[in-house]
Amino acid sequence: MRHCLLFGWEVMSVNTVPILHKWPAMRFGALVSLPMIIGNMPFGFIFGSLAVSQGLPLWVPMAMSFFVFAGSAQFVAIGLLAAGAPLWVIISTTFIVNLRHLLYAADFMKYVRHLSLKWRALMAFGLIDETYAAVTPYYQNGRLHLEVGHWAYLGSFLAFYTIWNVTTFLGVVAGKYIPNMSQWGLEFAMVATFLGIITPYLRSLPYWTVFLVSGGLAVVLYNLPNNLGMLIAALLGVAAGLLSEQVQTRFKSSAEVQP
Amino acid sequence: MSTTFLIAVVFGMFAVTFAIRFVLLARAHRTYLPAWLEEALRFVPVAVLTAIIMPMLLMPNKQWDLDWHNPWLLGGGAAFVTGLVLRKPLITIVFGVVVFFVSKALIS
Repeated sequence: MRHCLLFGWEVMSVNTVPILHKWPAMRFGALVSLPMIIGNMPFGFIFGSLAVSQGLPLWVPMAMSFFVFAGSAQFVAIGLLAAGAPLWVIISTTFIVNLRHLLYAADFMKYVRHLSLKWRALMAFGLIDETYAAVTPYYQNGRLHLEVGHWAYLGSFLAFYTIWNVTTFLGVVAGKYIPNMSQWGLEFAMVATFLGIITPYLRSLPYWTVFLVSGGLAVVLYNLPNNLGMLIAALLGVAAGLLSEQVQTRFKSSAEVQP
Repeated sequence: MSTTFLIAVVFGMFAVTFAIRFVLLARAHRTYLPAWLEEALRFVPVAVLTAIIMPMLLMPNKQWDLDWHNPWLLGGGAAFVTGLVLRKPLITIVFGVVVFFVSKALIS
């Protein structure tokens, strides 16, 4: 236990010694995902029980978790199915809700260039908010690199995938016995993890700009349907960050020209 | 709802989700993004993660709740300040979670 705690400590600290081998990398990926996995557990459970309570056959939520593997889109789809929406509405809504993953993929291109198409397909299947959030900071600080980074990614993805499917199953079979789980607030563990990931970035004006613009707009645009507010807020946040960086560079270079 | 319809729903959701996640990774070996775009993508983690959590912290019941009775705001604020000062994710997470659950227990 003591060893485990110390290991966890070392993993989550600002240590930047590169990881060299695939098994330690996989374990690392799973370990840095742990708080988010705990935070995610009620979602899988609630998803499974919600789907069954809407009268869907048991295999539907389980097949969604197994093949689609996209938390928020799965919740939205259950709602649409219950409302009797046609196929094209469900599919196009899924498209919009998951569009943010395109941003993650664009950011990840530089880390997967050297990998086989099979590896990239596997990683694409597992590209969720949490795995992207768990692994990216360590690519950026040098802890993970092109040699073994994809194994860390795989460790994170497999940990989430397993828990998501197991909790969906538990929700399907036992959901009705623990009715208040959504009130427990376990999701806060995910929010706290995201804050733990965001705060180390906040050391310069451009990142603060991204934070304020994206966070502010996400709240203001919250009532737009299908996560659209979040997507617009994130895109404009990125644009604002780029703009503030340009302004900063121009300001600095013009200051340097002065004698 | 017929079984065929439900299979089509699951398959369609799979296809569209996988396509979004795979289209760029599939061409990663022969596509290089312009420099300004690579520059911009550095901001994606902060932008998207902030956009996901801010509504959860500031409007946990789908409406504004800027009150000290809101455990989401208290726990989130505690985690935010800890993270800014110490920059150690694990301490940030643990402290935020403790403040959240303690204030949730005290308030309700």
